[in-house]
Formats: sequence, structure tokens, C-alpha cells
Amino acid sequence: MFVELNNLLNTTPDRAEQGKLTLLCDAKTDGSFLVHHFLSFYLKANCKVCFVALIQSFSHYSIVGQKLGVSLTMARERGQLVFLEGLKSAVDVVFQAQKEPHPLQFLREANAGNLKPLFEFVREALKPVDSGEARWTYPVLLVDDLSVLLSLGMGAVAVLDFIHYCRATVCWELKASILYLMQGNMVVLVHDSGDAEDEENDILLNGLSHQSHLILRAEGLATGFCRDVHGQLRILWRRPSQPAVHRDQSFTYQYKIQDKSVSFFAKGMSPAVL
Amino acid sequence: MAAVATCGSVAASTGSAVATASKSNVTSFQRRGPRASVTNDSGPRLVSIAGTRPSVRNGQLLVSTGLPALDQLLEEDKYNIYSPLLFKYFLAEGIVNGHTLLVASAKEDPANILQELPAPLLDDKCKKEFDEDVYNHKTPESNIKMKIAWRYQLLPKMEQIGPVSSSRFGHYYDASKRMPQELIEASNWHGFFLPEKISSTLKVEPCSLTPGYTKLLQFIQNIIYEEGFDGSNPQKKQRNILRIGIQNLGSPLWGDDICCAENGGNSHSLTKFLYVLRGLLRTSLSACIITMPTHLIQNKAIIARVTTLSDVVVGLESFIGSERETNPLYKDYHGLIHIRQIPRLNNLICDESDVKDLAFKLKRKLFTIERLHLPPDLSDTVSRSSKMDLAESAKRLGPGCGMMAGGKKHLDF
Repeated sequence: MFVELNNLLNTTPDRAEQGKLTLLCDAKTDGSFLVHHFLSFYLKANCKVCFVALIQSFSHYSIVGQKLGVSLTMARERGQLVFLEGLKSAVDVVFQAQKEPHPLQFLREANAGNLKPLFEFVREALKPVDSGEARWTYPVLLVDDLSVLLSLGMGAVAVLDFIHYCRATVCWELKASILYLMQGNMVVLVHDSGDAEDEENDILLNGLSHQSHLILRAEGLATGFCRDVHGQLRILWRRPSQPAVHRDQSFTYQYKIQDKSVSFFAKGMSPAVL
Repeated sequence: MAAVATCGSVAASTGSAVATASKSNVTSFQRRGPRASVTNDSGPRLVSIAGTRPSVRNGQLLVSTGLPALDQLLEEDKYNIYSPLLFKYFLAEGIVNGHTLLVASAKEDPANILQELPAPLLDDKCKKEFDEDVYNHKTPESNIKMKIAWRYQLLPKMEQIGPVSSSRFGHYYDASKRMPQELIEASNWHGFFLPEKISSTLKVEPCSLTPGYTKLLQFIQNIIYEEGFDGSNPQKKQRNILRIGIQNLGSPLWGDDICCAENGGNSHSLTKFLYVLRGLLRTSLSACIITMPTHLIQNKAIIARVTTLSDVVVGLESFIGSERETNPLYKDYHGLIHIRQIPRLNNLICDESDVKDLAFKLKRKLFTIERLHLPPDLSDTVSRSSKMDLAESAKRLGPGCGMMAGGKKHLDF
């Protein structure tokens, strides 16, 4: 997790908000550093994390996680992390007939199905365990990234339904259980295709933007490539319960990604320029 | 996967990064990840696979887990003249390094493709020839201090990709000669020629891809499994790399209709194929290069999705047939190279270089990639109109060029 980003978001692993959906969005740049941040953040906060990783392999996240101070292999072994490696599972699903329903079952179907098996997987993974003691603080679902589901033949509506079901389960339903009095969080990444006229992606992005409590948008600089400033991050809070003045706050920062951290600064205040 | 996109009529440059060409070695082929050869803690580490030949080559990153699972998408140039050349360089490097090759094409028989690979230049000969070339370019500018235009001294010298001293990493090829037959026969290669395979009765799992893609995926998966590239065959003594080359993916010859209609019935076939291929590559020791005629794809959203699913994306824009062919700015070059995407694998950062404008030219024997530089404006009697043309074209170039373009207003004193 990036300490500077925690400061900007005014949160620490100990006292993070719960029951929230965070939307990560990137336009013209790579926003995956935000995924690494949230993964290590929630693992450090002692949450039970279900990570649906569709675009990269486990070793990629693991190696970056080590730089950020978390060990994914150990987290997986002790049951804190449930990792669905999309790429590896896709190979299994496509080349061999599966006996039980597989989370990525839709790859075998010709027309757009639904994501019910994937939802069942998530639900199973984040179910509270009846062991009598609450080992983990609250459940978290992390998805990287949702736009890949569109490339794999799912319609935008099916993906929105999936998110809706997950939200109902992760953010609210688990609250009702006696053992888990805390709500869970969700973090999803969607690419903004910009002017590529990807209608399905736009529907997905707009639909999620209206549902989220926090939107982090990583954008490339409008003027092009710069070696010292890698992009711009827009943070938008949406708090429907607050009075109108505090309802939608938005901040913009520029960032530079380094080997083990990301440094943020106000626009135009890059250390390279000053 | 690196996608090479052809952007025949697209004028605006997307300003992609020229990743490694400036720092890397190869004149004849552009290298991915220059730091991949050095065990640097910031970039992906080079891990030598126990017992194999020097294996890391253009397009392959050996990351610290030892998986060179990278795939490159090469967006073809409009008339498909230069992209097969890069494709062949990739395969030729595989043969020279002793890797296993898998060549798939719907248009040409893979055996024919292999016959046309460029010949490698072996050590002493190549040193001499390149010394000549480099010498010619370097002498005028060598160490003469500039007196009048002293500001230009601060700019980096014209970034010629010089020959590399270490022969582990990359070889040079002579584009005018063919690879010797013995080398080809000594190599281990598999070919997939679609018209032959489509009629065979391989048992195919039901899948929603077009039959051509399904067959190709199965073929690749069989090879990976049988030859142990995914670690499934532990008694294999020497681990090796599988280089996969797929030509003209997405063209109608593969049975896909994305080049014909905007919203065809098979619109997800290509992206699903790429996803499963990516999965195969990530779980095995292989690297893949794909050439794709993106200028023919009707639906732009698909191009964006393909780019997301690939690791490295390189676009070739040749000047043939476009207005730039006669533009005096580009008279030294045959085309531009746009690097649209480079991967961040196992890392937060990626190896972006500062040079964003790259151009290529095919000399008689060499295929060179250089930083785009504008020819000096030497003539006294240049007419007003051509000066304005230069200014217009110069505006479209990226910020990396070090020339002052003549403004529209021509002040006469």
C-alpha cells in the first residue's frame, strides 16, 4: 500500500470505511498500481480478501506484493486470500470438460450467458466460517479487471448484474450474520476506452460510477508523455447521506510511480519541475 | 502478445513510447526491455534457464519466476510489406538460439515462411560490416565542437542503434540472404497451416470460438503439453523456449468476420482467443508474436480490447502509398514505428524510454530503427509553400524532435 495515497484518502488499514464500493478507472494509462495498493492495504488490515484476477498471473501480483510488504503466498496458505487466477482457469475450462460448474464456465458457451457461477464462487469464498472466532475483520472482493469480461463475450448488463449481486452479498448480507457484524468492501477496476467507441464498456463504466462511493481515476497527462509525472489521479467521493456541500468532493493529484511506491503531488508541483 | 497495427490512413500520431530501441543494441530488430539482459532490481530479472541456450531475445522477458510468457502483437502496415519482415526476424532468432518454433498461418505454408528467413550474420563478418556503417554515420559529427549552433550540442546524438558487443543477446541478420538450409533443418519446428488442419478431424472441445481459432489453440496446447514447455514433463533434461508466430490473425482467412462487418456474429472470437492464448503463454515457457491487420478491423472497440489483452503492442506505419512518401521530412525513412503499449510485468514500473518518435528504414541488408530526426534545412532558395508544408508536418511530430520548424509567417527583411 502506498502511504501517500492513504493520506490522500484519509484512511489507514485500522480504520477504513466499510460497506463501500470503490471504482478504479484508468484512461490512456495503466491503473494497475491502484489494484496493488488496495490488495496490500486490505491484506494488512487483516481482512478476508477474494481476488478475482483476470488479466495477470498470480506470480505477478505476488512479486509486486512483496515489494509492498505483503506475502500473497502466505496469505493464501492461511486462508486470508482466495485467489481466482483467470488465465490459468481459462485454459482448464476451455480444454477440458468440467464436471462441476466452474467460475469461468461462460467461456464454453456460444452466446452471452450470465456470471452466476462466478458469483457463487465469490459467495462461497467470502462466506463466514463457523469456527467460533472471528479471525478476519471484514470481507473484501477485489476484481481486476471487469473490462476483460466484456472481451470474453459477456454483455455489460450481465456484468452489472454480477456486481449488483456481489454487492448485495458482500456489502450487506454478510452483515446480517451473527458472526460478522461488519460490512464488506468491494474494489473493481474498469478501463475507460476513451474515444474507442466501446459502447458496452461505457455502459459498464457509467453504471458503476453511479453506484460507487469512491472513484479513483488514473489518467494520462493531456499533453503527452512525461518522464517525471506519469499521470494524474482524480479522487471523487460520493456520499449521498451527507449534506449537499460535502456530498461530492473531488481532488486531483499527479503521481510518479517508482519501484516500490508511488509519490503524489499537487498539479504542477512535481519535484522535477520545481 | 505484441500487436503490430497498421495505421495506413490514420494521420494523428498516438505518441506511443519508443521503448527500448534507443538503449538497446540491435540494428536489425528492436529489442524489448533493454534491462532484461542485466540483473537489475528494478526491471524484470533475467534468469537463465538451467541448461538452455541464451534464451532471452526480442520480445521475451525472463521474469524472476522464469516464465518468459510474453506475447507481442504487431499491427501490420497497410500493404503488409514490413511486418512479415519483423515476423521473420523473430523466427530467425529462434532458430539461431535453438528454440522450438511454432508457426501458424492461414495464408502461407509455414515451410515456405521458414525458407524465407533472413540469414544470420556471424561474428567476425558482422563486426566488420557494421563498423563500416556506423563509421560512416559517426564521422561527421564525432567530436567537433559546435561553434554557432552550440545549443544543438546539448541534444543527444542521433540515436543510431549501435551493434551490441555481447553476442548473448540478439543477433544480426542479413535481409538480402536466406537462412542456410542446414540451420532450418536442424531446428525443431511445428507448422500450422489452416487449410490443411481445418479439414482434419481433431477432436475439438465445444467452444464458442471460430473453428480456425479453436483448432489453433488446441494445436498450441498439444505442443506445449507434449514437449513439456509447461513443466509437465519433468524428465526433460533441457528446458527450452517455444516461440510462437501467428500471421495475419483476425483476417478473413482465419474465418473471422471482424474485418468485414462492424458487428458480426463472431465479434468476441478474437478476444477470447487472445485471452486463452495469454493464459497458455503465462503458464508455459513461451513467447508469441502475432501480426494483425488492424487497419481492416471495422470496430475500433475490438482494437482497444485487443491492446488490453496483449503485453506489447507495436504499430508499423509505412509511407508507401501515403502522402508522406514524397514529404521531404521523411525522405530517409520507409515508415514510422509506434509503440503503443509496453508491459508492466512483475513490477510497478515499466521500461519506457524517452524517445517516442521512431522510424524505420530497410536498407539493402539491414532493417534499422532510429529516432526520427528531421533533415537540416540547408537550401537558401526554398520556396514559401514548401516551408509551410514542413511546418505543418513538423507540428504532427512528437516533442522529441530537435528541429525548429519554420513558422507560417515568413518574415522578410
